[in-house]
Amino acid sequence: MFRTEFSRISAVLCKHFGIEHIELAEDIASETFLLAMETWSYKGIPENPTAWLYVVAKNKAKNYFARAHMFREKIMPELKQTTDVPAIELDLSDQNISDSLLQMLFAICHPAIPTEAQIGLALRILCGFGIDEIAHAFLSNKETINKRLFRAREKLRAEKVPIEMPETAEIPQRLNAVLTTLYLLYNEGYYSESQDAVIREELCIEAIRLTKLLLNNPLTNTPAANALMALMCLHASRLPARKDENGALILYQDQDESLWNKELISEGAYHLHIASQGRTLSRYHLEATIAWWHTIKEDTAEKWDNILQLYNRLLQLEYSPVAALNRTFALSKVKGNAAALPEAEKLGLAGNPYYHTLLGELYQGIDNQQALQHLQQALHLSKTQPEKQTIQQKIDHLPIT
Amino acid sequence: MDEFMLIFRHEDGKKIASPEQMQIWMKATMDWIGGIAAQNKFVLGNGLLFDDARVVHHNKMVTNGPFGEIKETLGGYIIVKAESADEAASFAKDCPILGGEGNTVEVRKIIRGEDMH
Repeated sequence: MFRTEFSRISAVLCKHFGIEHIELAEDIASETFLLAMETWSYKGIPENPTAWLYVVAKNKAKNYFARAHMFREKIMPELKQTTDVPAIELDLSDQNISDSLLQMLFAICHPAIPTEAQIGLALRILCGFGIDEIAHAFLSNKETINKRLFRAREKLRAEKVPIEMPETAEIPQRLNAVLTTLYLLYNEGYYSESQDAVIREELCIEAIRLTKLLLNNPLTNTPAANALMALMCLHASRLPARKDENGALILYQDQDESLWNKELISEGAYHLHIASQGRTLSRYHLEATIAWWHTIKEDTAEKWDNILQLYNRLLQLEYSPVAALNRTFALSKVKGNAAALPEAEKLGLAGNPYYHTLLGELYQGIDNQQALQHLQQALHLSKTQPEKQTIQQKIDHLPIT
Repeated sequence: MDEFMLIFRHEDGKKIASPEQMQIWMKATMDWIGGIAAQNKFVLGNGLLFDDARVVHHNKMVTNGPFGEIKETLGGYIIVKAESADEAASFAKDCPILGGEGNTVEVRKIIRGEDMH
């Protein structure tokens, strides 16, 4: 509840005060929750906690403006007649809350803000993450994150970014930026090097929640937004099967598919179906379709053939090392390790641990000495303990001739 | 890193092969392009339809065609990033259309501003 309500209150306050008071909105939302935690811990949780939070937030906002008013009265008495206490009536209807959240999302994903800072701001304002939680998720420290958010807020103020929906003509382009940020936010959770499984999963859930905001508005419920949602649901369906009880990563082929979340798989398939209506083919379409093929655990020729073709197209749209490595893995599934090896050698990703893991796999049975060398290189380059464990297991299972 | 256009010259596949065979060629071409894209060396590419083509001549006379009946017809192109014409040619060597005898892939460097003077 904390995350959802925090984002609602801060978005509505921010919308009400304007972007120049973005910190004030965050502060009031924070103070409200602080008070809630103090009060509720000895008085018990009130009957309607949401209403309680809204009343407190409203009062805090009112007090702030009353104080600001007093200040003006004393310092500038000549303005007395014009400075009536502004009527602060926060509109906390469901409609205004969801509008404010969506508008904040567009404001935060403004092209003037660097992407990393967009993700940070989204986590702070729209997901209610604490600074230390954000630092944890980014494998960074509080100071760096604080500085990053500070600069981003300054930029929002300097650019006078309005908290409103962009002009209809501008929406497609601005929406692309929003989708990118949500996609990265999701990946931050899904692939993050952070050890904290809880935070990682929360990042994924928050990204899904924010994407739902887009799907709930006809202006932003586009095929690409649905494709992104499909991608998130289909990946998230495997989250419960990805970790063993010690937190070590379980590779796809070793996962227990009975642990995959069937509900998320069908939700993903539903959004993928909606996404396919229309003529756009975004990277999210391709990645979601790849993820959909992965929900069929059995290795069939048809499955890997399709995955290879989808990666071929994805790489033409947008190169990424991950896609290049996965494409080469799919190629080995379709044409065999011997055919995939020369292509793998050309990828030029010698600094990437996954590159060496892939080569280690492909060389197995062809040149086990080479396989061992690549796996050792992967072990050396890999940054996290669960990954190191997985690679060590591969080395242990390597038949040395 | 320069950009090179790889220009495919071949006859219209539809005239000499079944739709199934075309499908196989198409897949092979996509695999070839995918291999270049996986090295982050692919820029863009287009196949060209042989149907409903026109040639406009110097006196603005318009004729139908080319019809893709000779091996020298332009059938498509891709643009790649490469350090040299030789590297670009090494990509071209693996192009599946070269499986057809007489077909060619022409490698041409794309002019940049600084090449103009």
